[in-house]
Amino acid sequence: MHLILFILFAGICLAGAVNLLLQTHPINSALSLIVVMTSLAVLYLQLGAEFLAAAQVIVYAGAIMVLFTFVVMLLNAGREERTRGSRAAVVVGFPAVAVLLAVATTVVQHTPKLGTSTFGDTMSNQPGATNLEVLSGVLFTKLLLPFEVTSVLILVAILGSVALARFGHGEKGAGE
Amino acid sequence: MNADSIQFFQQEVPLSWYLLLSAVLFALGVVGFLIKRNLITVFMSIELMLNAVNLSFVTFAHQWHAVKGQIFVFFVMVVAAAEAAVGLAIIIAVFRARSTLAVDRIDLMKL
Repeated sequence: MHLILFILFAGICLAGAVNLLLQTHPINSALSLIVVMTSLAVLYLQLGAEFLAAAQVIVYAGAIMVLFTFVVMLLNAGREERTRGSRAAVVVGFPAVAVLLAVATTVVQHTPKLGTSTFGDTMSNQPGATNLEVLSGVLFTKLLLPFEVTSVLILVAILGSVALARFGHGEKGAGE
Repeated sequence: MNADSIQFFQQEVPLSWYLLLSAVLFALGVVGFLIKRNLITVFMSIELMLNAVNLSFVTFAHQWHAVKGQIFVFFVMVVAAAEAAVGLAIIIAVFRARSTLAVDRIDLMKL
């Protein structure tokens, strides 16, 4: 059961990622990225992270990708032109990717003691505890300060995006 | 279906497979960052890389029974949301100024 689910959704995930690269229209790329994120949520479930699976669907596949598709439609983005690309990408980028992938696979294959995945692992020694209980217990006691600082980050992000979108318009109006 | 294949499908998934999937997804994200010629799609490749790293975090959290790995993923999601909002606002500002989304034409800061 585990293996079937893993093969199925890892395959969908990889197919979506490759499709993101192959599509020329941004809206098709955005839709394949949603496929990747949703199948990753299933893999999170298999690793015992129920809350993150839900958050992945709601925050990533929901909010962030809706924002992306909104901007694609707002800017009326058309088909991208295929150009030769930059020389730096060919000289440095692709060899670096190959090295990165080779190193990562080698390290993973030579790492001992890696276990297997099990459903419903709550990461707690107490019986009956759920993943959400354990996670929120740590988040709201030990890590309360970082959690609250995050709200400041989001506030700054809101102000920044509003300012960027508004002032750009104002400068254009002043220039005309 | 014979007994061997039934046994094959009932076995548990080694965590190294998740890590390999994460590495491949990250590499695909970098390749997308390099070959895509649309500003928004380049930004999507960055999101793909973030997701690949998140999968690694969840896998290691499972391996070491440490819930802090999952909390880190939570914070990465928050930062990714903020980053997407600001990044897309920048993309809108760039589009207003240059009237294009092609990265080849947005090259003022290129060496």
